[in-house]
Amino acid sequence: MTSTGIFALTATSLVGLGLFSVMTNPQPLRKIIAFNVIGNGVFLLFGVVAHRGAAAGLGADPVPQALVITGIVVAFSATALAVALLLRLAKQTPLPTLGTDDGSDGDLA
Amino acid sequence: MALQTQTTPDGYLLILAIMLPVAGILLSLIFGRWVERIALVLLALSFGAAAAVFAAVWQSGRPVIYVVGGWAPPLGIVLRADGLSAAMMMTAAIIICATGAFAKGEFAEPSRQAEARGPLVFWILLLAIWSALNAIAVGNDLFNLYVALELLTFAAVPLVCLKGSAATVRAALRYLLFALLGSILYLLGAVLIYGAYGTLDITLLSGRVGAEAVAAIAAALMTVGLLAKTALFPLHLWLPPAHAGAPAPGSAVLSALVVKGSFFLIVRLWFDAMPGLLTMAAAQLLATLGAAAILFGSVLALRQQRLKLLIAYSTIAQIGYLFFLFPLGVGLAGSDASGAAWTGGWLQLFSHAFAKAAMFMAAGLIAEALGHDRIAEFSGVGRAVPIPIVTFALAGLSLMGVPPSGGFVAKGLLLIAAVRAEQWWWAATILVGGLLAGGYILLVLGKALGSADRPLVLKGSPSRRRELIALTVALAAVVLGLVPLRSSQLLEIGRLSAVGVALR
Amino acid sequence: MALAFDTGLALLVLVLAAWTIWVQDTFSAVLAFVVLGLLVALIWVRLQSVDVALTEAAIGSGVTGALLLTAAAFLRPTERAVAPLGAAWCTAAGSLSAIITVGLGAIALLLPDPAPTLAPLAVASLPQSGLGNPVTGVLFVYRALDTLLEKVVLVLALVGVWSLAADHVWGGIPALRPATRPDSTLTFLAQLLPPVGLMLGIYMCWTGADHPGGAFQGGALLTAMWLLVMLAGVRAAPATGLLSLRLLLIVGPTIFLVIGLAGFALAGAFLAYPAGYAKALIIVAEAALTLSIGVTLGLLAVGPAERARNS
Repeated sequence: MTSTGIFALTATSLVGLGLFSVMTNPQPLRKIIAFNVIGNGVFLLFGVVAHRGAAAGLGADPVPQALVITGIVVAFSATALAVALLLRLAKQTPLPTLGTDDGSDGDLA
Repeated sequence: MALQTQTTPDGYLLILAIMLPVAGILLSLIFGRWVERIALVLLALSFGAAAAVFAAVWQSGRPVIYVVGGWAPPLGIVLRADGLSAAMMMTAAIIICATGAFAKGEFAEPSRQAEARGPLVFWILLLAIWSALNAIAVGNDLFNLYVALELLTFAAVPLVCLKGSAATVRAALRYLLFALLGSILYLLGAVLIYGAYGTLDITLLSGRVGAEAVAAIAAALMTVGLLAKTALFPLHLWLPPAHAGAPAPGSAVLSALVVKGSFFLIVRLWFDAMPGLLTMAAAQLLATLGAAAILFGSVLALRQQRLKLLIAYSTIAQIGYLFFLFPLGVGLAGSDASGAAWTGGWLQLFSHAFAKAAMFMAAGLIAEALGHDRIAEFSGVGRAVPIPIVTFALAGLSLMGVPPSGGFVAKGLLLIAAVRAEQWWWAATILVGGLLAGGYILLVLGKALGSADRPLVLKGSPSRRRELIALTVALAAVVLGLVPLRSSQLLEIGRLSAVGVALR
Repeated sequence: MALAFDTGLALLVLVLAAWTIWVQDTFSAVLAFVVLGLLVALIWVRLQSVDVALTEAAIGSGVTGALLLTAAAFLRPTERAVAPLGAAWCTAAGSLSAIITVGLGAIALLLPDPAPTLAPLAVASLPQSGLGNPVTGVLFVYRALDTLLEKVVLVLALVGVWSLAADHVWGGIPALRPATRPDSTLTFLAQLLPPVGLMLGIYMCWTGADHPGGAFQGGALLTAMWLLVMLAGVRAAPATGLLSLRLLLIVGPTIFLVIGLAGFALAGAFLAYPAGYAKALIIVAEAALTLSIGVTLGLLAVGPAERARNS
């Protein structure tokens, strides 16, 4: 088992842990944190792929690295938007959850 | 078949189609006071670009290609507009411009002295949605498509809660979380593909991908992610409150175009990037979910009390038809009936786009007139605001599959394909779906055309201009069926698996 | 030796991730997440991707952490009231997650060897643009369209966040409750660090052409300094309708777009660079982008307007 293999397993474990939290924790903020954990896992997988692609004097393939940098920025924007929505919801309702309402709220129209 | 990666002379149009709306967004952030004017000008210019791409593809019979920066794949990114892209871009252009004309003045401040939240946010989001849809239509690189998908999501989500109520914010948050799940799964699939094949370019992948486990799992992950964004049963929970809660022009664009963007990518993935990977089992699974969506969505639509929610559940149902493309397109590979399945599926997408946009516009006009959209209290609406009701009826014709509408031709083609492929169960589902659609359409029309026991109090009167715009879009859905079938040749231009996908 | 270190690092990361998921108190979860991010940055260094390590530490761990901490503090009162989901659902979810982890792990370990890679192509074409850092080459030369679109995504996210302001405070000032008393250590740090941070940010942007660094890392550093200043109360958050703020916001994507369009005339393609001028143009674009990214990330972190501008 090489370092790369260990990190690959770390990455997939992060994905699994994050998925578990998304599915089971009812608090929206914890879901958002869990999405970031999954994101870390997916990006690490890119890193593993990059490291495996070391060649031409480089330690890692630059293309996946660039994709991850872009991905990290996009993931942050998503987190910021989600948190802003959640905080706004918290200001408007006493209990900010995602709820199981099927849209029968009166104030949807 | 020679794989072209050379920029064609008209390739710059693809860049314009993506970047013109972006220019509008950047300008609007500085000149916010004139956002509506800026947006309308750029809407017109972008329409020109989309129409030019459409004309170029149709007349030349080959795809329009642009190699960005001159760097060919696998290192660089290519934009490629085949027949399908052109049709998608044209549909998006017409509907977004109609929505723009419809929304003109709706968000404007009476004094227009300063920049205001409503108009600035709405027009920027509309421009962004268009840019993203164009990028999705012409993108040929899986990561570039990921960025375009994210742009689409970030532009669509704030549209849902534009009105600001708690219910719409909750709907927007749920939509965002589903969409994020979708993006993460898509990215997970993309990294596996890069790790196995060393490229993310769709044209190159079509040559490299074989029937390996990695490819299958990557494709599965990406598909599930895209299904979450397309709201296919059972990942549809976020859609009804989101589409019903947005302002009317927003709902029109969301239901007509935004959910179709991710579906477009699912087809690109299976038929262009990884042809030969699609098993009949997987295709049948997708179609089964589609059938469930049709039945589930239609039945729930029948039970809705509010018009906008009814229309949103109808979207869930109509999206289901699109997934019959998979087993019918695969099962009939090589025969001329596969063309019927391909054309039928895409015609369903385009005619539903027009019909749904018109429906949401009409619903918005009715709600504006009555002050509410409770179906039970619709008696007499037909007499009070006749044009929106006619709009709703015409759009409904397409959803039900009544001739000569686009919906009729689409469902007819799918029926023919299903019968030829001897997959009778899909044929039965299509027929039942049509009946159920008839049910909820006539439910609304029946109430609206009934006479009121007491006179209807109108809270407002919608402008004639907006009523006519909605009517025109509905007419487009109906007239789409009259377009000669020969022109379905357009959808075959540039297909990477032109001879039909062989059954693995 | 290296393997032992890597294994230890991996285990630590997993423990922290599990802690983030399982701990009851959200505030602690966020702190664990920040530390997780820093350790993940260390893994990136071990994977020979220093540019990514810098970005992960700055944005993925730093700015995200600040954002999540303020959210956790605000949402603290509502935490206890949410009911947990049933045992059956948790078991099903746990099984699904386990299957996915094992399946993905197997696939990841069974990826083809030798691995396909674009490193030789990237390095071979690098001298054309005069750059020394291949990651910058990918970001600004080969896949520049991704970077441009991603800037638009950032701006869109900000518009989305701003749209949550009430109509009457549009263009106003975000609410940022400074966390401290005027004389504390935080204030001292907020007066000492920013000039240093600013210079480091500029240096990182400049050096990105040839060494690890670049617009994103430099921009994130600028954001961190700005947030520090605002949180310590040394400066107030700016009004979101301020013209100078808007200009800073769009200067990055606009200059990049203009350079891209100029490529049509000067180099024959969108986002192509004329021979000999590539490095200079890229540095100009990166400088503008550093400013815009710094401002955008900061604004994303502070949220929508809450008080109207007094004017």
